[in-house]
Amino acid sequence: MIPKPTGSTLRHLAAAGLLALAPLPAAAGGILTVAMTAGDIAVTTGTPDQGFEGLRFVGWSLYDALVGWDLSKADQPSDIIPGLATSWAVDPNDHKRWIFKLRQGVKFHDGCAFTADDVIWNYGRITDNKSPQFFAQQFALNRGYMTNVASMEKIDAETVAITTKFVESLFPYTMSYVPMISRCRAEALKYDWAAYAMQPSGTGPYKFDKMIPRERLELVPNKDYWNANRVPKQDRMILIPMPEAATRVAALLSGQVNFVEAPPPDSIPRLKSAGMTIVTNVYPHNWPFTLNFVNGPFADKRVRQAANYALNRADFVELLGGLATEEYGQVPPNMPYYGKPIRYEFNTKKATALLKEANCYPCKITLAISTSGSGQMQPLPMSDLLKSQMEEAGFKIDFKVMDWNAILEIARGGVDKFPDIHGVNISRALLDPVVAIMKPVAKAYWSPAGANWGHFYADDTEKLVGEIFNEFDAAKRMALLTKLHELENEHAIMIFVVHDLNPRAISPKIKGFVQAQNWFQDMTQISVEP
Amino acid sequence: MWVTLLRRILYAVPIAFGVSVVCFSLVYLAPGDPLQTVLPADATADMIELIKHEYGFDRPIPVQFGLWLWHVLQGDFGVSISTRRPVIGEVMGSLHNTLVLVSFAVPIAFSIGYTLGAIAGCVPGGWLDRTVTGIAVMGVSLPNYWLGIVLVIVFAVEFMVLPATGMGPQGSAAFSIFSLNDLRYMVLPVFTLSMIPIGIIARTTRAAVAEVRGLDFVTTLRAKGLGEAAVIRHVLKNAMPQVLAVMGLQFGYLMGGSILIETVFTWPGSGFLLAKAIINRDIPVLQGAILLLSLVFVATNLVVDLLQSTIDPRIRRA
Repeated sequence: MIPKPTGSTLRHLAAAGLLALAPLPAAAGGILTVAMTAGDIAVTTGTPDQGFEGLRFVGWSLYDALVGWDLSKADQPSDIIPGLATSWAVDPNDHKRWIFKLRQGVKFHDGCAFTADDVIWNYGRITDNKSPQFFAQQFALNRGYMTNVASMEKIDAETVAITTKFVESLFPYTMSYVPMISRCRAEALKYDWAAYAMQPSGTGPYKFDKMIPRERLELVPNKDYWNANRVPKQDRMILIPMPEAATRVAALLSGQVNFVEAPPPDSIPRLKSAGMTIVTNVYPHNWPFTLNFVNGPFADKRVRQAANYALNRADFVELLGGLATEEYGQVPPNMPYYGKPIRYEFNTKKATALLKEANCYPCKITLAISTSGSGQMQPLPMSDLLKSQMEEAGFKIDFKVMDWNAILEIARGGVDKFPDIHGVNISRALLDPVVAIMKPVAKAYWSPAGANWGHFYADDTEKLVGEIFNEFDAAKRMALLTKLHELENEHAIMIFVVHDLNPRAISPKIKGFVQAQNWFQDMTQISVEP
Repeated sequence: MWVTLLRRILYAVPIAFGVSVVCFSLVYLAPGDPLQTVLPADATADMIELIKHEYGFDRPIPVQFGLWLWHVLQGDFGVSISTRRPVIGEVMGSLHNTLVLVSFAVPIAFSIGYTLGAIAGCVPGGWLDRTVTGIAVMGVSLPNYWLGIVLVIVFAVEFMVLPATGMGPQGSAAFSIFSLNDLRYMVLPVFTLSMIPIGIIARTTRAAVAEVRGLDFVTTLRAKGLGEAAVIRHVLKNAMPQVLAVMGLQFGYLMGGSILIETVFTWPGSGFLLAKAIINRDIPVLQGAILLLSLVFVATNLVVDLLQSTIDPRIRRA
């Protein structure tokens, strides 16, 4: 917690010593200044780096994708909505072929019209290393979204068709992550991507104004934005990377910024006492331990269940100052496919009994944890708490502590490469059902080919995944997704710990911010009082 | 003198080469991968190989190092993995920003540290000496990261008389040391940055002065009837080479940028750049920054050596 100094001596001394210095200039009206947690400004050349924070602030400010997200409501989970495509539908004769109707009259910031040719050109930019517009960085940043795309073709000026490699009824979600950039601007700059980064052009609600690399990015409203309801209400948005949490808090309290991402839990009382507003909301995030189903104790379901029974999740919520909710399933209960999963309530005796039944007592496990990282919350104290509770039940935990980059290597390498690691703590963005609950259990996504790190396999889940991908009736598909989510709890496929509440601290001068239940947020509705 | 200069410059070549080899090896020995931060969360093995090929990371490490060195010799430090901007521009920009801080921190730290140390060395054992030693120990012992945060809380948050973070209201591009408003952004980081060198230089100066004061020639000076002020002048001059060596080292450290201080104050200097490059495993930036910083360090030591030789001819003869 930030201490409040007491005693007038210090105050007088400092004030007297600094009398000659002018006071801070008052914050200009209408300028939204955001302190991001990222260590750097995300790249402006299309799909940003810096995780979903990059997409949140840079990606969806400058650009749009064919499919958008409804970020207008705080009281219900957000889902996809038309973006640069006004509608989409699967070809009734070929379930691998999707037809996207494009929005007409949309212009890039450079004045060029958005057409079907731009969609095809963007596809080449991120997939075809023989096309002149190919850009390896964007290939890397988009490849995960394009794994199921076999080809893309222009049907007419208003329509494109995307053919997938396998039938995927949830495919439109994929197209909500791929921004469309301006062919005109890239061609005018002769594909000099470093130059493009300093003068990017998209169709998004904000236009690029200026950037000081690694320091600040300034965006101004795109008054001609195709969605009149989302023309930014503030005059300017300044994005500042500020990785140090205490610095972000100080910057807000001193008036240098008016919107802060992820204030640390112990700063909340101080921020509130200074009149700042703390906004939180449930969103599709979890902080679990992904498990090794091939080697070690977690191959036995009873051990996985024991680990889940061993946790008193209320303690984690308390540790986080109430900025989290207890996690009893992969997704938060507000998600439409949550269902009625088995609830692993805190029960040390039951956990111990399960370990003894599984003949793993004491049960020695090795877990990989990180010191920090995107969405990792407070990994070290949380891991310590987890260790103490699990060891109370009979586990014996050896932590392998590493930095974010190193743990990503483990997460992507999979159990074959790291057989001695029995669990990895990687927080997860559960934006769409494929990422949230299908990839962690489907055999097609076994690491290193995909996100099923521990090579989970069960006949029932595998069958359901196939059914979901082939079900095009939304209501029936939702029922199948719900069943899958419930089944995953029965299998105890992870150690469920907490869901983050996505805290933000904002100045009382900020008006109009609606915190959607999403990793992305709509900044356009914010106005800043003088 | 010129021969010495040439010899020292030649010495710098293997030192810089050695630094690059060690740093390149350390980067690869550490767990993690330069492409992890640009790869999607569910990157497949095929995808990783493809991207490694695109970035040239599929070649054997010695080949990668050789190619990098060959390009560096031609003045091409490559481009950043994460930003695709030329490394040389990134590093020189951040070095410039650190130099802005250092250009204020060095005179402050060196003059205060030297003055305090000299005073304490002239009156060893007295209350003044104990006070100065206390200040020096505090300067060295206070974690500057903590000190920076406390200063921000007091002066930026509570009194709101100084900015908490950043390099000027419009960022480094518009920063001017001739603008009073911009200079306000430097007060807290400069003060924090100065604390450690003040402590180290004060302690070194105190020890050197106290040692020289005990030498026979000082007794001789006094026996010849020199006044105390003149004696102290001789003492300070003789203590200077030792102090200068430490000052040179401190200057080098400061130019390397304090990762912690620059992170606390979001000052876009070389330490901040290095921290980002380490987190992202941005090898071209890391390599370029370390190589250039090592050259700065070598150059600083060279200047210190030359100054020492000028002040004390015995060093040149040795």
